[in-house]
Amino acid sequence: MIKLGNAFKKGKAFIPFITAGDPNLSSTERFVRVLEEAGADAIELGIPFSDPTAEGETIEAADARALKSGASVEKIFDMTERIKRNVPLLFMTYANPVFVYGYDRFFSRCAHAGVSGVIVPDVPFEESPEIKVVAKEHGVTVIDMVAPTSDERVNAICEGSEGFIYLVSSLGVTGVRSEFDLDIGAAVEKIRKVTKTPVCVGFGISGPEKAAEMAAKADGAIIGSAIVKIIAEGGAKADRKLFEFSSAVARAVHGC
Amino acid sequence: MAGKGRFGEYGGQYVPETLMNALSELESAYEYFKSDENFRAELGALLTQYAGRPSLLYFAENLTRRAGGAKIYLKREDLNHTGAHKINNALGQGLLAKRMGKTRLIAETGAGQHGVATATVAALLGLECEIYMGEEDVKRQALNVYKMKLLGASVHPVKSGTATLKDAVNECMREWTRRISDTHYLLGSVMGPHPFPTMVRDFQSVISEEAKAQFLEKEGKLPRAVLACVGGGSNAMGAFYNFLDDDVRLIGCEGAGKGVDTPDTAATISVGKEGIFHGMKSIFCQTDDGQIAPVYSISAGLDYPGIGPEHAALHASGRAEYIPVSDEEAVSAFETLSECEGIIPAIESSHALAVAMRVAKEYEREDSVMVCLSGRGDKDVKAIARYRGEEIYD
Repeated sequence: MIKLGNAFKKGKAFIPFITAGDPNLSSTERFVRVLEEAGADAIELGIPFSDPTAEGETIEAADARALKSGASVEKIFDMTERIKRNVPLLFMTYANPVFVYGYDRFFSRCAHAGVSGVIVPDVPFEESPEIKVVAKEHGVTVIDMVAPTSDERVNAICEGSEGFIYLVSSLGVTGVRSEFDLDIGAAVEKIRKVTKTPVCVGFGISGPEKAAEMAAKADGAIIGSAIVKIIAEGGAKADRKLFEFSSAVARAVHGC
Repeated sequence: MAGKGRFGEYGGQYVPETLMNALSELESAYEYFKSDENFRAELGALLTQYAGRPSLLYFAENLTRRAGGAKIYLKREDLNHTGAHKINNALGQGLLAKRMGKTRLIAETGAGQHGVATATVAALLGLECEIYMGEEDVKRQALNVYKMKLLGASVHPVKSGTATLKDAVNECMREWTRRISDTHYLLGSVMGPHPFPTMVRDFQSVISEEAKAQFLEKEGKLPRAVLACVGGGSNAMGAFYNFLDDDVRLIGCEGAGKGVDTPDTAATISVGKEGIFHGMKSIFCQTDDGQIAPVYSISAGLDYPGIGPEHAALHASGRAEYIPVSDEEAVSAFETLSECEGIIPAIESSHALAVAMRVAKEYEREDSVMVCLSGRGDKDVKAIARYRGEEIYD
């Protein structure tokens, strides 16, 4: 398994997100390689869920397309095991698919497939021990999230954090936006007082410029909806556009 | 260790980090105000002066004769202002939101009863109100949609997923993460993240508090069984709560739709599995892969793929029984009560009536059973007519 820390080898990290199975799993397998070639430092793969309550319309639609194409937890693990890559891979999904698959079985397969970390947005810090204990046994990191509303919770969340901290830029759900609610610089500073764990900013980042701005203030930028939109438009033929957009973001992030 | 708000292993707070502070703020406010004398007095006054409580405990003599066996009593929540038990909780949470300085209420609704109750309370307390309702339900319940608008609320049709109650809850959770500081999410059932299951149960427990006193007065003893329909389970939890420590059978009646052996069912306890969704660990109708399953019941109020965590715990411990009731059985009970008592019940409550007529037979004439008649059936008349092959034109 590739260490999550490898994502920060070049300094600032660019972490793109795509939904596994959108538009189908063989495209996803290819897209992961495209993203790595474009300069991604880690890749976040979404396991689709029927009711993704933290997502805006773009990723919700991607989840629906992926489920319609027949993507399942099992098939996503099989696909993930086949991908040859040199950057760490993370899963982003919801509590229920993980719980129903079985925590032990899920994280054991993560370890086998070389998935270094998981992000589960509907499992907040207080509820996270039930998955963290099992994930740790298999050497998989559970990423903690800090939101604009976290306030005095920041210390508790960050103290035991591993891999990186997912700093949510704004209120609301995922999706490209022009204004962020949070003073990112101040939020990062607050986190750095508690921990040395790197901080990556996500939610609402539209492209290279915003990604560079965020990466300059933190340790990395996560881009989901803007990339998923390219796949929504290009489908299985999105490779080139995906590469162009992602390499522009990678250059911007690595240049700062 | 698991976090707060657990009923056995069920419950918890499975929501995005963005909402966690709002939940703890709500929890502290609720803990404080639930024993605050002024708050209790104000809520008590609204329940009697505005909602029309206490609701009657009515001895349904004709229905009893028809069923044979124990006396069947109806707890008449249908006589509350706005026509259902939903007002008990809406008033409680509305007052609490106001005390917390919130100026805007958002809520999900299925059949529209909770939406109407929330819009009513918002109008009364001078709060803004936005209701999220699945597009399918908006079509099925046009009258309630217009009522909500009349009461000053905006109604947002939800197009995603199955466009029913579960999707309306999804959209409310999303909307709450967008706008927290001035907004209270007035959740309508004993579900969702802590403190909602506990708080909604407490506000609904007035049902069994009154019923217990009314039984002791009328019968000098408690009923042998208490029955209520269960979607998320708020009227049932309210009807069960004060009988939990008594020797009283508690029976939840789920919407089985076309039957538990068909995919067109919403009987969560019968066909569901453990899972984590909508902020809680509980039982859900879902696929083997952990995707939430589309559900069906003739009753929009029971058309939900989950059940409140306290019900899941009562089922696990065996303290309460959960029985699936098909559309056909519910519609027959709907017609029976209308014919023999002159009371048109909500199709939701009709699920409990159907089981009550069977359960009554298991007891003697000196015993009694209670059905929580959670709402009135005006809203359902058109759908029942259609079910029986008759189209009613407006």
